[in-house]
Amino acid sequence: MTVTKEAELLPAPKAEDLAAVLLETVRPSRPSALSASLTFGWRAVLKIKHVPEQLFDVTAFPIMMILMFTYLFGGALAGSPGEYIQYLLPGITVTSVVMITMYTGVAVNTDIEKGVFDRFRTLPIWRPAPMVGYILGDLLRYVLASAVIMVVGLILGFRPGGGFVGVVLGVAVLVAFSFAFSWVWTMFGLLMRSEKSVMGISMLFLFPLTFLSSVYVDPATMPGWLQSFVNVNPISTLAEAVRALMAGGFDGDAMMWTFGYGIVFTAVFGALTMRLYNRK
Amino acid sequence: MNAIETSGLVKVFGDTRAVDGVDLTVPAGTVYGLLGPNGAGKTTTVRMLATLLRPDGGEARVFGHDLRSEPDVVRQMVSLTGQYASVDEDLTGTENLILLSRLLGHTRAHSRARAAQLLEAFGLTEAAGKQVKHYSGGMRRRLDIAASILNTPKLLFLDEPTTGLDPRSRNQVWDIVRAVVAHGTTVLLTTQYLDEADQLASRIAVIDRGKVIAEGTKGELKASVGVGAVHLRLRDADQRERARQVLAGALEADVQLDSDPVALTARLTGRATEQAAEALAQLAREGITVDTFSLGQPSLDEVFLALTDKKKEAAA
Repeated sequence: MTVTKEAELLPAPKAEDLAAVLLETVRPSRPSALSASLTFGWRAVLKIKHVPEQLFDVTAFPIMMILMFTYLFGGALAGSPGEYIQYLLPGITVTSVVMITMYTGVAVNTDIEKGVFDRFRTLPIWRPAPMVGYILGDLLRYVLASAVIMVVGLILGFRPGGGFVGVVLGVAVLVAFSFAFSWVWTMFGLLMRSEKSVMGISMLFLFPLTFLSSVYVDPATMPGWLQSFVNVNPISTLAEAVRALMAGGFDGDAMMWTFGYGIVFTAVFGALTMRLYNRK
Repeated sequence: MNAIETSGLVKVFGDTRAVDGVDLTVPAGTVYGLLGPNGAGKTTTVRMLATLLRPDGGEARVFGHDLRSEPDVVRQMVSLTGQYASVDEDLTGTENLILLSRLLGHTRAHSRARAAQLLEAFGLTEAAGKQVKHYSGGMRRRLDIAASILNTPKLLFLDEPTTGLDPRSRNQVWDIVRAVVAHGTTVLLTTQYLDEADQLASRIAVIDRGKVIAEGTKGELKASVGVGAVHLRLRDADQRERARQVLAGALEADVQLDSDPVALTARLTGRATEQAAEALAQLAREGITVDTFSLGQPSLDEVFLALTDKKKEAAA
């Protein structure tokens, strides 16, 4: 019971100090949308600083996936692990980062349960700011996860034709798409009763989306009915756009589709999120 | 100017009418108590007034501004300290206050200074750099209230501010509330503790099952269930029966024999002090020795029980 002891040692509030703090007269105008969102982003970064363990998922899971696919299936799928990783690495980066977008939903849900959400909702600020803040903080995770995967990939023999610039551009497109895709999870975070159900529903979506894509194998090897889904899957178009950039090329078609999806996700799920947020 | 005016406020969850036509008028600059048991609809009422829930019916105005059409104006004037501490457990006390201060539009430097000043005034300086999850219940509450008065609000909602606190922490929270009100902020306080409402509030609404069943100043509420009560302790237990008869005659009231064999209690109805003096004189004439005598207003406990009983009788 160290906490109680500590509490007893703390001084009580002082009446004269209380009177003084209540004299606050500075009434600033409300912060801009950007400033409020960035402040919430700062909060997300502070949370990572205080609970760094939460980055474990972001780093350990992608490493496991790379090792498993490269060495377990690489030989069978592309002749050798070394050859397969050239195809796999951009895609597995996409999968890993898209998978961790769902933590945004978990974070939203946890905040609602804790009550801190109520305070945010009574503040006179731009309404979507808390939501944008979550996602801004998560961008840091996406960049971190991408960096970890790239380093591991390079060690395992991945040699991107686009060089450093190609890789950075690829990651930038991936992070931009993830920002848009995160709105799906803010919606579920507001909709679901517990963080467990947020995780449950996210797996239901993410597994088919990431596996029924062009991340692991060339869609040309699949039956026609499957190809028709795989080719329009946003994860496929994103993986192809990123793969082309990292290889030093540019896939205009895939890029256009990826941005199209990004706009649709933001517009549809962003709007649904804000509707739920205002109704909650 | 009234801080809050509601008429026929309704909130329905599924088929429960959590708030069922609440009319409130809270004068500015006072502490107004919403008193009621768990599940009475207190929190739901506060959440509607703090713009967290949309009312399903009725009208509500905060300082003259309609809740539904001007929620942003209302948000600029109110602050809420919820039933469960509405601070971020993962952040430190300082970080919590800076975060909220920045969201109110203050500069970084001003926010940092303001956070330090508030933590000092609330006796939290030593815990300022610790994550809130390591705080005790009382410290958390204090931080929560500190967060609510970052921009001294015109109207502060305190939803069961002392539930689960030890008596010392509870007294500290009360002191803070008194300081806030002395500064001119209106406080709407919900509580299930009658002594809390008695200590802090000037007007009280008793709420039960989503409805206001009584409203008034503390004195009015107490008066509505009788003027007060006389408590007597006799020297000799053998004289109690005789004393009971004398009191019943003099006070024209029911006299209860307490579990203590020398104690009696009589509820007064009319002219309390004169009746009581007359009763004492009669007891003396009868040769009954009275050790202690006290004349008190009924406690809010008695008020609440009397009111809920009355309501049940009316329904039956």
